[in-house]
Amino acid sequence: MQGITGLSLVLAFSALGAGVAMISAVGIGIGQGFAAGKAVESIARQPEAQGAILRTFFIGAAVAETTGIFAFIVAIVLLFANPLVKLLG
Amino acid sequence: MDNLGPRFILEFPGGIKLTESVVSMWIVMAVLIVFFLIFVRNLEKVPKGMQNLIEVIVDTTYNQTSLVMGPNMQGFAPYIGTLFLFLLCGNFLGLIGMRPITSDVNTTFALATITFLLIHFFSIKNKGIAGYVKHLSNPSIIMLPINILGELAFPLSLSFRLFGNITGGVIILTLVYSALGSLSSIIHLPIPLLDLLIPIPLNAFFDAFEGILQAFIFTMLTMTFISMGYEKNEEH
Repeated sequence: MQGITGLSLVLAFSALGAGVAMISAVGIGIGQGFAAGKAVESIARQPEAQGAILRTFFIGAAVAETTGIFAFIVAIVLLFANPLVKLLG
Repeated sequence: MDNLGPRFILEFPGGIKLTESVVSMWIVMAVLIVFFLIFVRNLEKVPKGMQNLIEVIVDTTYNQTSLVMGPNMQGFAPYIGTLFLFLLCGNFLGLIGMRPITSDVNTTFALATITFLLIHFFSIKNKGIAGYVKHLSNPSIIMLPINILGELAFPLSLSFRLFGNITGGVIILTLVYSALGSLSSIIHLPIPLLDLLIPIPLNAFFDAFEGILQAFIFTMLTMTFISMGYEKNEEH
């Protein structure tokens, strides 16, 4: 393996790691889709409660998003503010 | 792409540095204060003009606060309304070409810390020290460290939610704008004309819609958690 410096190895695997970290977005997709489906069902059953249902749905969707946001933070830290590069000295 | 973290734009002698977020925050505060000071100067019994808008804002804030937190907690409404308007204007800065103040993690973490302190201050004030400890060690005393960790993780998740959503929009918009700029330089346009109309739907979604939604969610979670800390000890 000639011509590969430590820095380029770290950068390459950081980019791969950022991609792998975002796999957790699958979970948010499933969760928010489920919540949206249930919200539509309950609005169809009780259209006069639309305001309260929508408010609860938005809060639930935002809370379900938390894990994905954490993964996103890990990904952007790996891409733009990589702590591993500093370890190389 | 140096969109993340603090960006120092001014430095005073003595080592005091000013970040871009602080300066943008002062602009937002000045705009809000001047707007409200101008339009509440001569209030009339029968509202007309901008007084209608002010009354709608104040009325909605008080209604939402008493709806979510309960009618006896309307004292929180001024803080909640200020927080919402501040976050809204801060997120909308992206629409006029500035960096939104909430795409700096320091801003969101400061706001989440205020929420955290409010939750625990009013929880202790309401329940007393003994009731507060009993609330934290909820099923049994073994759960105390886990509950404390859970409480400490709350401001982290609250601030990262706002920061992550806004920063994601900022990164995507920066990528789209630079891609359109280089495309228009490839086809030899003298000015980047492709930047003109194409990114408008993205701007509408990431700056306007996400800005409103995230400001709403932040204030809503603040209200919900403050009123949850306020509740009496539930029996298990």
